[in-house]
Order: sequence, then structure tokens, then C-alpha cells
Amino acid sequence: MRKDLSIVLCGQAGQGIQTVEYLLTRIFKLAGYNVFATKEYMSRVRGGINSTEIRVSSGPVRACVNRIDILIPLNKGAVGHVEKRISPQTIILAEKETIADDFDQTRHNFIDVPFTKKASEIGNKIYSNVVAVGTITGLFGIELQTAGEYVKKFFFSKADDVIQNNLAAVKAGFNLGLALADSSKIKFDINGDAGIKGQILVNGVEAAALGAIAGGCNFISSYPMSPSTGLLVFLAKQAKDFGIIAEQAEDEIAAINMAIGAWYAGARAMVTTSGGGFALMTEGISLAGILESPIVIHLAQRPGPATGLPTRTEQADLELALYAGHGEFPRILLAPGNIQDAFYLTRKAFYLADKYQIPVFILTDQYFVDSYYNTPCPDLPDINIEKHIIKTGVDYKRYKLTDDGISPRGIPGYGNGLVAVDSDEHDEAGHITEDLTLRVEMVDKRLKKLQLLKNDAIPPVLVGSEDYKNLIVCWGSTYNVVKEAVENLGRDDTAFLHFRQVYPLPGQTSDYLKKAKRIIIVENNATSQFAKLIKLHTDIEINDRILKYDGLSFYVEELTEKLNDLLN
Amino acid sequence: MNTEIFNMVDIDIAWCPGCGNFPILKILKQALTELTIEPTKLVMVSGIGQAAKIPHYLKANVFNGLHGRALPPATAIKATNPALTVIAESGDGDMYAEGGNHFIHTIRRNPDIINIVHNNMVYGLTKGQASPTSQTGFKTPVQVGGVFLEPFNPLAVAIALDASFVARAFSGDAEQTKEIIKQAIEHKGYALVDIFQPCVSFNKLNTFEWFKKNTYYLDDSHDPSNRNEAFKKATENEPFPLGIFYINPDKRTFEENIGIYKENQKPLYEREPDVGKLKSLIETFTISE
Repeated sequence: MRKDLSIVLCGQAGQGIQTVEYLLTRIFKLAGYNVFATKEYMSRVRGGINSTEIRVSSGPVRACVNRIDILIPLNKGAVGHVEKRISPQTIILAEKETIADDFDQTRHNFIDVPFTKKASEIGNKIYSNVVAVGTITGLFGIELQTAGEYVKKFFFSKADDVIQNNLAAVKAGFNLGLALADSSKIKFDINGDAGIKGQILVNGVEAAALGAIAGGCNFISSYPMSPSTGLLVFLAKQAKDFGIIAEQAEDEIAAINMAIGAWYAGARAMVTTSGGGFALMTEGISLAGILESPIVIHLAQRPGPATGLPTRTEQADLELALYAGHGEFPRILLAPGNIQDAFYLTRKAFYLADKYQIPVFILTDQYFVDSYYNTPCPDLPDINIEKHIIKTGVDYKRYKLTDDGISPRGIPGYGNGLVAVDSDEHDEAGHITEDLTLRVEMVDKRLKKLQLLKNDAIPPVLVGSEDYKNLIVCWGSTYNVVKEAVENLGRDDTAFLHFRQVYPLPGQTSDYLKKAKRIIIVENNATSQFAKLIKLHTDIEINDRILKYDGLSFYVEELTEKLNDLLN
Repeated sequence: MNTEIFNMVDIDIAWCPGCGNFPILKILKQALTELTIEPTKLVMVSGIGQAAKIPHYLKANVFNGLHGRALPPATAIKATNPALTVIAESGDGDMYAEGGNHFIHTIRRNPDIINIVHNNMVYGLTKGQASPTSQTGFKTPVQVGGVFLEPFNPLAVAIALDASFVARAFSGDAEQTKEIIKQAIEHKGYALVDIFQPCVSFNKLNTFEWFKKNTYYLDDSHDPSNRNEAFKKATENEPFPLGIFYINPDKRTFEENIGIYKENQKPLYEREPDVGKLKSLIETFTISE
């Protein structure tokens, strides 16, 4: 019997799939189940067809699967949208009247569940989504009270009769679910896990935003763009409580120039953006390069070129981030692989940007920001963050030439010195110069920091046998899907190496790669950008590449199969 | 007047002899001295161009950023530490062409900064092409048949956006210009001071004499609180009015609106993230109650 169930909700935007997803994942969590959810959606406000996958399991689940165990289509057309993922084992809980001739017993396993009928009895078919929530709750044998309490909390700001009707909807659905469980048409054996009680349920962008606050972020200026906007929204919501300036700029150019101005005056600032928005920011990256300004950039990747697929996922902006900005200057590229990384790396990004006075990127993507699962609470030490600013004296020079290339950073108004920064090549005091000898010294000073960055690089994580023959290489958001796929392989001779820092490449990279007889790289892009980066810096060529660029993340089964094909 | 406190030593000024930037620099130093602003509490923000080099010739904190981008960092600097006096100063190409979008939205945002624009109706550093404020018919190496684009009217745009302080000055008139700049600095909210100045190298049309002949000062009968009247004055040309066109003293500033200084006046660099609060926030994601 299944220890891990994949439930997919599918319907039009605006139909309330997000509400169902939100309620169900939280109710599962409350009931003590391990849960994972992710979504794919079309770029529109209403209509279109979107789907959400919720995995429920006895053990941790952290990646998306292709398989659908239970499908809940909310309208006509929804079944067709996920047709390729439906198997003879898929049970489809649907209301015949609602999905009309999609309800075809000769093609798939349908069970007619009167979601809308029950909702109408309660007073409005709008409650059909909550009936569906109740149905799944009943099917799992979760206590009705647990679900009811959460639904009440969710709708607390609504009128009393709306709350009562939603509670009635949960109960009606709950009874439908109990009946389904009794019918033995859906079988699974999933247990709660007492260990998850204190765990948090957050998605990638929430974890990054919490990490930003922990890193002392108190300024964010950005322009809305999917899929990066969640970070701006999160920090704007917390702005009052945490004293954060959260400003929607007139464009991405203003956004990054504001953030750099904020750092100059003593804030800890970041921007969040995607694809074309980031393209506009590149002049600002270059500005940070010459000003030696810290800046943290959250770049949530989506498929390009240009507008591409605005709501889909891809890992194709690695090279853009790596080379963005004219001129030569150091930078760091971080790419969280899981929710914990998103928190710790974003927090660390502020430290690194501040310490080395350089741009630090957090590379995520749509799949990563929209996916969530239960994970332990991050550790937060009760100490003040380390700030790399100094009180200036009268003879302060912002760009004092030092042995390691780092000039102590003063800020205006703190001390008796003056702080001058200039986008022109400048002298030690920060004033425009065309002294070409000094120019060379300044370039060398900036690039010297690269060596220091190498010493501070975040090492890759090796998962699996130390005595591997086959090494799977991946970076960023693919961590959990690769992990589950490699576990599925069940091979003692195969491990995987995940990079959370993709640039500068950590020092251990060559050693790990040289140890392998065979290396396979997994990337959500078409040209294997990370393999090219590895080749450039280690001269190791990775020819076995598993690439996906249809706008969706890898599925566990798909990757397992492709790895098996290559390894057998 | 002794403006020594703002003097830089051993500097090689990149402006042409006779450039209108020289008197503006001198006037600005006088205004700052009279208002007893300390260099350490002053931040000069600029973009790129000949006028944008002014921060390097005056003793203060300097943020000399990118072309067209003086206003976004200036806004952020003031928001990050409201105790600083922030002047964003550049030329007409920097502020009105490359930075046009920021000009519009900075007015809407209303940070308490001073925006001084050296307006010589021509591009200097790139050698003589039209600027947004070039007059129609003005011939340049690029606009070979003469400019046919409608000149940008910064004052009318600013007043249309209900900017909180809008003025125009002339570099040839030190006393009046100094008074206008002083009022702009003392004004709470965004203050635009567009300053006519001759470009001796590239603008043979709008010369010192031309500006003298084609400008006049608004007199006491002009009521700067009357927005419609101010707009009307802003649309006048040849002669162009000079002086303070419009003041709206009641607008809330960006720093007031962002709300983080209501209960805590500390600038951002003196603050620490509230770990206790963050722990409580993270706790809410356990969905445990």
C-alpha cells in the first residue's frame, strides 16, 4: 500500500485552487503528516488551467512527482490538462455535472463526488472548494475538529454566516470522505509523524525572506515581476514590525539604484527580480562593482528569452547573473537547494555582501519559490549581526588601498570623515581620476577580493556513498528532486554533488569531480550552463547531461528513469 | 563670505573657462554656508555629465552614480538616514532625458531632497547634441536640420505632478539664485531648482546675453500657493519667468510616509533586526495552534 500519496487539484485561475491547497497543506501539517506542495500556472488572472500537487507521506517528501494518485478536477478541461500524468491507478474525484463529458468511466477511474451539490445545499456553490477540503480530510481520517478549527481561523475576518457555511462545507465534505474511505476504493497507509510538530511549513520565497530579515535586511526596492514578487510582498507585510523600507520602484533600474544608495547610507538592502527585470538592473550591478557597494539580488529565474514563459520555471539565467554588468569585478552566486538553504544562504548573502562589498546573488526559480514542505525551524542566535562599517575619521578615504583589497567602509554622517563614492574610476578618496597607474591599482584592488571569496566559499554537499563511481552534479532548486531520484536508483556506486554556491566555484570542486569515473549533470536549462562554468574553471568536461527546458521542473520518476538509462 | 569649509584643495576642474557651472558651484557653497550645513551631514548625489561632476568640487559626502540615476539613490539615502541633507544635482540631459522616469516618480514620492538641475539646453560632455530642453530649430551635429521635438518643460511637469517646491533660477544672477537655493534646502519635501546657464562651448544660441534678455523675475503679485497660476507661468516662454513658481507645504514626505521613523528616529545603520520578533514570526509557520 502507498506510503506516499500525490493529490493533484486542477482548475481555472480564480476558482480557489490556492485556497484548497493552502487549507489542505496546513490541515495535513496540523494533523502531523509530512506534506509537500508545488504548483504550475498560466500567466493570467482568471481562467486558464492551473494545477497544484500536494504530496502527503509518512516520511519527509520534498520534490514533485509526475504520478497522480488522486486527481480533483474542478472544471471541464482540467482532466485534459493533466492527461499525460493520469494512469490506471489514478483515482479521479469529480462531480459529473461540473466536468460534464470529461467524466468518462471508460477512460479513467472516476468517482462521482457531489462537491457542488453539497455546497449548493449549504447555500452557495462557492463552498464547493471547502467541501473538497473536507472530503480529503475525511478520507485521511483526520479529526473533523482539526480541519474545522483551521478553516475557522482561515476565514476569521469574514462574516459569521460565511464562517458557519464554510464549517458546514467542511463537515459535508468530511462525511463524503469518510464514505470514500469505507468504500476501500482508495487505499494507502500513511501515518502521522510526531516529529514534525515544531517544524515550519514555508515556501522557498518565504524562507528567503525570513533569511533576509535574519540577515538584517531593512530596505527592499523592487518592481513587481513573476515569479520574484513574493519576496517584496512578504517584506512589505513585515515592514512595520521589522522597520523595513519596502518600496515599489518605478522600474528595475530605479530599484537597484535605490538599493545601492541605501547601502551607501547604512541600510542593508536587497532587490528581488526575474529575467527581463534583472536585465534592466545590470547597469546597477556594474555600479555596485565599481562603487564596491554591497547589494543582495534575489533572482527568481523563469524561462526566457524576453518575456518567455512568465509563470514557468527554468535555471537559465546563471550565465546572465555571472556576466551581468560591464567591466570586471568580483561577485558571488548562491543557489539554494532546499528551504533550509533559502533561509541560511539569504541571511549569509547579507554578511558576504557587507564583508566583501560586492554583489551577492540568490538564484532561485519559479519551482523553488512556489514549492513548500515542512522542515525544522531555523536556528537563530540571539546576537547582533556583524556589521562591516566603521566610524570615519577626518582623513577617511573610502577606497584606501589595502593588502587584501577591502577598504573599511564608512557611511555618511557616522564619524568626522567624508564618504565619497564614484561610478567613474576614482582615487582613494573616491574622486574622479584619469590617473592610469591608479586605475590599474584600483582594478587589482577590486579583483584581489576574488581570492578571499574562494576562502569563504560555501562547499558543495555530497549525498550518498563517499566511494562513488558515478557522480550526479546539480545546483540550486534541483536538490530535492535529484536526491529522491538517486535514492530511487538504490545504487551504492552513485552519489550526487549539489552546489549551493555556483560562483566562485568552491575549492573542493575538482577533487570531487576527479574522483568520479562518470559524471552526469542535471540542469533545468537547454545548454547546461553550469557544466560550461565547471569546464571553464576546472577544465573538466561533463558530457552526460540531463536537461529540461519545457518550463516545468523535473519530476522524480522522469529523472530516475533518465539516470537509470544512462547508468545501465 | 568665507565658504572655505566647502572648498576642495588641489583639484583639477574639468569645466570650460566661462562655464555657467562655476557660478552655480560658488552660489551653492554660499547658500550652504549661510544655512550652516556641515559637510559631514551633506550628501551630494549626481549622475553623469559635466554638471554631474559638481560633487567632486565641493567638500561633502559624495554619491556620483550612473547617468540619469541620481534621484533613486538620493531618495534612498534620505530614507535611510533622514538627518542628512541630500542634494541631487546634475544637468538637463541627466535629469530629464536618461533620468526622466525617475524625475516623474521622485516628484510623486516626495522625498525631502533638493534637486538642482543645470539647464543649458545642450549636451556638453558628449559634445553638443540636443538636450530635452533644447529649443526648436537649434542645430547640432545630430539634429542637423534643427531640433523639431517639443522642448521638455520640467517646471510644468513638476507642477502638474503637484511637486512640493518648484523654482527656476539663472546662474548669471548670484543673489537671487542663492536665495532660491536656500529656500529649496529649507523646504520640507522634494524641491526642484532648474537653473538656466549658458554653455560657452556648444550652445551659441542660448548665451548669457540671450538668457538675460529672455528671462524676468516673478514679482510679489505671484502667489506660489496658486497651482493653476504657477502652471500658467511655467508654460510661458521668451521671456521665461524666474523665481519660485509653486510651493505646496502640506505634502507628507516619503520619509514620513514609510512610517519607520514614527516611533524610532534612529537611522537604519544604528538598528538591529529584532530576533525575538523574528522567532515569533517563524513560529507562526509551525501552524501549531
